[in-house]
Amino acid sequence: MTDDSIGAFRDELIDSGLVIDAGVEGLYGRTLAYEEIVSGIIALTTRTGAGDGAMAVHFPPLIPRWLLERTDYLKSFPDLTGSVHTFGGDDKRHARLLALVDGGHDWVEVLEPAEVVLRPAACHPVYPLCTGGPLPTQGRRFEVQGWCFRHEPSADPARMLCFRMHEFVYVGDPDGAGAHSELWLKRGAEMFESMGLDVDVVVANDPFFGRAGKFLAANQLDDALKLEFVSPVSSTETRTAIGSVNRHQDHFGLTFGIESADGEVAHSACFAVGVDRTALALLKRHGLDPGRWPAEVRARLWP
Amino acid sequence: MEEEIRQILEEHGRLPVPMADLDNNADLYEAGMTSHASVNVMLALEDGFDFEFPESMLRKSTFESVSAIEAALTSLVGTPVE
Repeated sequence: MTDDSIGAFRDELIDSGLVIDAGVEGLYGRTLAYEEIVSGIIALTTRTGAGDGAMAVHFPPLIPRWLLERTDYLKSFPDLTGSVHTFGGDDKRHARLLALVDGGHDWVEVLEPAEVVLRPAACHPVYPLCTGGPLPTQGRRFEVQGWCFRHEPSADPARMLCFRMHEFVYVGDPDGAGAHSELWLKRGAEMFESMGLDVDVVVANDPFFGRAGKFLAANQLDDALKLEFVSPVSSTETRTAIGSVNRHQDHFGLTFGIESADGEVAHSACFAVGVDRTALALLKRHGLDPGRWPAEVRARLWP
Repeated sequence: MEEEIRQILEEHGRLPVPMADLDNNADLYEAGMTSHASVNVMLALEDGFDFEFPESMLRKSTFESVSAIEAALTSLVGTPVE
């Protein structure tokens, strides 16, 4: 894999009119042709999990700052974090802001952090919904989707700053979390394969930050807590994760204070689809014109 | 050294049981210490004993029990003073 081939795929996507360069590396606009692929993937994911009794919820791409702190995301991925800043000054500070902008200087120093940050994973807002008493015996299930942000600017279109994630989350006891993972490993593989994608399942190796991150990464590999569905996306030579099954053990149970039905610390697990990456994988696999994709793939996405 | 290690585990290990209930060879992960908590333990040990674990030791087995931590510290910081 070379940067050239990755850049070439990015250029093809833009030239074909599927996505639009939105002005900085990693930020894209989408045209209707691309969004129809996204809608197809989201609808197929929803159908795959229909019947489990999951509560479908949507949240904005912003979460409270306290929520990000509770997830321990800052410990693992400080370098991917995005925070919202707003202007709260008086006329004098406003004049300072405009002077800095006019002078071509860094004007962000005039702003102040807001009470919200950008959401790095779709599922984070559902954990606070599980607090305030023991969970029901069968645990709780959520279907949650929406825009997420991770600051990793790159020429690789698979590394978008802003992208959509669609998840099925279980919160309950350890057995339930294990069953959820097992079920979605099977379902996820079948779902991706039904779209004609060539998918392998591998143990995830997330880019945890710093020395503590080396330790977390070693633990993640040792325990095989997170498995990824990998497929060619930007290059046919290397594979990129387009989905994952993540066993959090009692991580969110502890940090959010969630109790299972028997009063123990709750365990959780989730299945996540990288919706934009899956769209790119489909475009890589079947070509840039969805109208000419195999009939069975089209039937799965747009029944 | 053992006393200090136990105190750090008590404060940072987020264990569901008191450290006093665990002997030196008890498996801390089995007792409920999570990966994230063990990172806090690692950082607190480095702070408390003023050293850095080499990357090769940043794995679960280094932190699995009071004895394992003491062995790692002894090899890095020197013989414990009793």
